[in-house]
Amino acid sequence: MAFIEIQGISKSFDVAGGKRHVLRDVSLAVEQGEFVSIVGAMGSGKSTLLSLLAGLTTPDAGIVSIGGEPTRGVRREAAFVFQNYSLLPWFTALENVRLAVEATFPEMTRDEQRVQATRTLEQVGLGNALNRRPGQLSGGMRQRVAIARAFATRPEVLFLDEPFGALDALTRETLQQELVRLCTEVDRPVTTVMITNSVEEAILLSDRIVPMIPGPPATLGAPIPVELARPRSLAQLAHDEQATLARAHVVSTLTASVRVGRTLSGPSGKARAHPASTRLTEAAEEIR
Amino acid sequence: MAKRLINLALPLCGIGLALLVWWAASRAVADLPSPLRTWEESKVYILEPLAKRGEMDQGIVLLAYYSLLRVARGFLLGIAIATPLGFLLGVSPTLTRMFDPIMQALRPISPLAWLPLGLVLFQSSEPAALFAIAVCSMWPTVINTMMGVRAIPQDYWNVAKVLRLSRFTTFTKIIVPATLPYMFTGYRLSLGIAWLVIVASEMLTGTPGVGGFLWQEYNSLVYAHILLAIVTIGVVGFALDRLMGLAEATLRTI
Repeated sequence: MAFIEIQGISKSFDVAGGKRHVLRDVSLAVEQGEFVSIVGAMGSGKSTLLSLLAGLTTPDAGIVSIGGEPTRGVRREAAFVFQNYSLLPWFTALENVRLAVEATFPEMTRDEQRVQATRTLEQVGLGNALNRRPGQLSGGMRQRVAIARAFATRPEVLFLDEPFGALDALTRETLQQELVRLCTEVDRPVTTVMITNSVEEAILLSDRIVPMIPGPPATLGAPIPVELARPRSLAQLAHDEQATLARAHVVSTLTASVRVGRTLSGPSGKARAHPASTRLTEAAEEIR
Repeated sequence: MAKRLINLALPLCGIGLALLVWWAASRAVADLPSPLRTWEESKVYILEPLAKRGEMDQGIVLLAYYSLLRVARGFLLGIAIATPLGFLLGVSPTLTRMFDPIMQALRPISPLAWLPLGLVLFQSSEPAALFAIAVCSMWPTVINTMMGVRAIPQDYWNVAKVLRLSRFTTFTKIIVPATLPYMFTGYRLSLGIAWLVIVASEMLTGTPGVGGFLWQEYNSLVYAHILLAIVTIGVVGFALDRLMGLAEATLRTI
């Protein structure tokens, strides 16, 4: 059995005027130590899927299990990085990370927790910003704190929801490399599931890429393996043939539903709108 | 330098204009004393602020002090009840729906209506006054605290979930710091109401204090002292508001 496994997951939300079926009959298996990226357009239900995996929400149907046990709420050994950092603004960077350490390791003394927090913050390059509050940090630094908060708890499982989505392109690249480094520096492998809308990011970081075909309801396409040697760098990937093939494969899978729609035509030979392409437009217009 | 002068000059101008209106009104109404006459007849209270010549015949600082003591007790009692209530209502939509109609009905009730009820309940004027202050002043704190809890961004709730924080930790490390600005808005408004209520309750029960002094002087036909009391009430209220603002600036988390 895979380390993280979901079978037949369905989730819908009550909206004005009925129910919105975000996910239906979604299944996924993630092996221990793997890094899996879920790639798809905005509003396609990726965050919902991640929330279900992490135990933040419960599915309407289906099973989520981690390590063989069905999930009941958030696991002690799981960590989550949000797109909006979600740091507490009244605490310093150190306090934010220490709070996470304390929650995970209540048996540690306060000093030990502080040492652990400091060490992780130094690992992400924030050694001299320990006593600054989030309001005094740039977006990139805040996300580093959020990542430090995740890694400080020595997680077995890591969930990242578009972690670099709110950052500018340059900071994004820097932090992607940081994440690569952090994932290789830990003493035990962390099973990671990341959501991203950047195919490039997915290829840089993942072992497998799972495309999300937008709905509603959304479904997962067949996972695409990324068999490139680690550690990877963006510069290297730009010219790598394997990377180019993987990129093309992912992009074509993601746009397949649109292409299928366009090749269908009515009796008169004219292309007519296919429900799939309408769904893609709808999904793109959906505000998450 | 010029900016400082302007900052001082403009409020002084405003006060000057107000004095002008007062003087004009005193010319129009026979019983209303002019600012100058008010000063003449009242200066003994101001210049000997700590003198005690009789129960109601004391220096202005002493009178204000008695009122302030009562305000402090009533206000603290009020926010001691209001703050936990606000948190409870903020976290529980069910409780809110249960108590909202009652709250909305109790809110507009004037202190002058609560006071007799207080006298019936406690049989003496001091506890009745505290009761009236507490019940009248608690509403802004309840409502603002409740709104503050409701306004906590989903991001912070997510942090609590993801870090698996205990209820106690969520309360102390997330709910309270996030709600503090709203709580202080509530406290400021509540303090204003408390000060208002004490004057009214002193007038009704005749206890020594600024309100009691005002009512007594009215009954003794010494109208200048009414105006003195009014000015005192205003100045003290202003000072209280500023003090609360200072406390807020010191203790605010965000």
